[in-house]
Amino acid sequence: MMETERVFSLRNVWFTASVGAVIGIAAVAALIGFIWIPLEQSNKTVAGLWDAICTAAGVPESFRQVQQSAAPIAGPSNVIVSAQMMKPADGLSIGRGAALAPQCTMCHGVRGMSHADAPNLAGQHDAAIYKQLRDFKSGHRTSAIMGALVAGLGDQDMRDLAAYFAGLPRGPEATAADARHEAPVIVRNGSPMRNIAGCTSCHGGIDIKTGSPRLDGESESYLRAQLLAFATGARHNDIYGQMRNVARQMTPEEIDTTARFFAGR
Amino acid sequence: MLSNGSRRLILAHFWLAFAAFLLALVLGEWQMYIRSPLHDWISNPELYYRAVTAHGSAMAYVFPLLVAMGFGYAIAELALKQPLIGLRWAWASFGLVVLGTVTAMAPVSMGLASVLYTFYPPMIGNAFFYIGIVLVVVGSWIWVALMGINLNAWKKAHSGEPVPLPMFANVAGAYLWAWTSVGAAMEILFQILPVALGFKSTIDAGLARVFFSWTLHAIVYFWLMPTYIAFYVLVPRAIGGRLYSDAMARISFVLFLVFSMPIGMHHLFQDPQVGSGMKFMHAVFTAMVSVPTLLTIFTICASVEIAGRLRGGKGALGWIAALPWKNPMMLAVAFSFVMLGFGGAGGLINMSYQLDFVIHNTQWVTGHFHLIFGGAIVIMYFAIAYDLWPHLTGRALESVRLMRAQLWLWFIGMLVVTFPWHFVGILGMPRRMAYFDYSHPALAPQAIYVTVTFVGGLLLVASAVLFILVLVRGHLANRITLPEFRFSTPVHATTRVPVALNSFALWIALMIGLTVVNYGFPIAQLMALPQTSVPAVPSVVK
Repeated sequence: MMETERVFSLRNVWFTASVGAVIGIAAVAALIGFIWIPLEQSNKTVAGLWDAICTAAGVPESFRQVQQSAAPIAGPSNVIVSAQMMKPADGLSIGRGAALAPQCTMCHGVRGMSHADAPNLAGQHDAAIYKQLRDFKSGHRTSAIMGALVAGLGDQDMRDLAAYFAGLPRGPEATAADARHEAPVIVRNGSPMRNIAGCTSCHGGIDIKTGSPRLDGESESYLRAQLLAFATGARHNDIYGQMRNVARQMTPEEIDTTARFFAGR
Repeated sequence: MLSNGSRRLILAHFWLAFAAFLLALVLGEWQMYIRSPLHDWISNPELYYRAVTAHGSAMAYVFPLLVAMGFGYAIAELALKQPLIGLRWAWASFGLVVLGTVTAMAPVSMGLASVLYTFYPPMIGNAFFYIGIVLVVVGSWIWVALMGINLNAWKKAHSGEPVPLPMFANVAGAYLWAWTSVGAAMEILFQILPVALGFKSTIDAGLARVFFSWTLHAIVYFWLMPTYIAFYVLVPRAIGGRLYSDAMARISFVLFLVFSMPIGMHHLFQDPQVGSGMKFMHAVFTAMVSVPTLLTIFTICASVEIAGRLRGGKGALGWIAALPWKNPMMLAVAFSFVMLGFGGAGGLINMSYQLDFVIHNTQWVTGHFHLIFGGAIVIMYFAIAYDLWPHLTGRALESVRLMRAQLWLWFIGMLVVTFPWHFVGILGMPRRMAYFDYSHPALAPQAIYVTVTFVGGLLLVASAVLFILVLVRGHLANRITLPEFRFSTPVHATTRVPVALNSFALWIALMIGLTVVNYGFPIAQLMALPQTSVPAVPSVVK
């Protein structure tokens, strides 16, 4: 009688053959899809067997550190910063800058105010914008995104962009009086015993030094990332190591306080 | 013989199915007109997407489901030769499908849920659209249960006998649908409805797409089931042949049960939330579906050859000329195979990870599934209706010339619609577009092909009207004394069948096991990942 025949039994050839075939197909497919193909792919981004399996399974990975500009660049910057480095903005220059600006707006915002934690460029000092563009181009400051974007810019292009963004409207800069009243001590006075100058002595509030950017209203995460990068030396395009010396001495709490303070202005 | 109660039940299913089909077909033709150069740009694209949603929902859910259900009830009574158990439940299930259809289509026609039948989160439409779809699916689950109950009752009374092939295949289709529909059901119940009802404002669109892919490809094989059942159990008898192999048929159906499910991610080849290894697994199992498909093509060709030779056909190809080409069933199966061949060849492109890049989201895809579903599958739905109609009405169905004309029109119309779609897809024409700027030099060469598809659509509408006409005339014809309904007989009488091919437990276990293997990790991972939800987008744009 066929009804007495048990299906789920190793003695039933239908059971062993069908289950065996399905497991076999799945195993071969998994070997090819999870091990062989990822390891063989030419871009070689996987590091070993487990990484290959995780990549193929779709496990999200954190961004890898990209090694850029292998040759170390001597000196912090080749921009000679002087009070006369930027000519007074003229309409022609601003117009050319406006024509170039659309390639910046995806991150820096349509009117220079970013919604993507990239620096706000509206109303930024033209010398600061110009210097950073030059440093990105020469490789003194590295960024996977900015490095590629400035590659095609000539000196005049960078001056035009600086002139355009500097002219875009943004709230008034903080005055010395504001700074005295609101700012935390590390921002207002720094910490003389640790050789930290107050932020306001260069970045506006007490004085603005040529090439120093205004910081008020910038993204908190961006400011924190830059201070940490200066502290570790990952960013090193500050002339004479001014920012590296300051940031190295700051505690993580002070970095947080500073970033939060400027972001809130 | 069908009892009077079952006849009314089956006729209700078929007529609702064909009414939805006709309405949806007219909407489809209207869309082709709107998108073609024959019409100016549509001023309100929302109207277009409203029509696409109605067309897709009716054609994908309501029409094939009702045909499968009606055909299933007929098979249960005709093949098992016992009265249908659960007639009241069957009417309740039908009532739910009707209620669900109305509930879903009301917001669609009001423009409150133009989200297409594939839902497309984070787009969110009116909650009643989704509730309606759930009601339709729940109604169909009652049918699934009834098919299982009827089979088990028969088995109890006929211990040790092989289950008749039509019922075996029918229940395979029912179980396939039960498991297939779980994916979309989870998507609607746990992801979409909480947003549509206002309890949540964000939705994990990537996870929702994975759930929908669970349903989206296997549903095609569910649509295919009535067609394949007709190939095996109606065609050989209708053309005067024998079924070449009963066992081959059973193996094909259980293989569909196993391999239909773990393959849906080939719809997600361009989706970033699924790993390439998972996609490869799904591509491999998609390729495995060719096994039951080719088994079927071989078996049916062999069965048809038997008919040709019984009719005196000689030689390697002479039997083809001897076939009863004036028989509508013969025409239908031939047309179906031609369309299945072209559609299957195109499908090889879709299921190949790299080749898919070329045609992904183009008109090629629209062409592909219209050729397979609208062509190969639906033309057999017509044939099933023609074959069953006298047994449902008790009257003769005599308009054989009209039937042939209808089938020819449908075949030619479907080729004229889908071949140019494939071609403009290769040229890069995206699908789901309300209008195109044909004055653009890059698009201008496509204008003529899109115009041609509109003409093909007219042929399809004419064919559908003829189809309805034939069926209505069937109701008005003279009463006849019906011969007993017969399914095809195999060359070798089926006296013994291995238990594995007489029951479903093994195949359902493999189906669920493979689903866990191929869907378990992606679903678990996407559920565990933080920050994968995005704000829902209400579909209502005023």
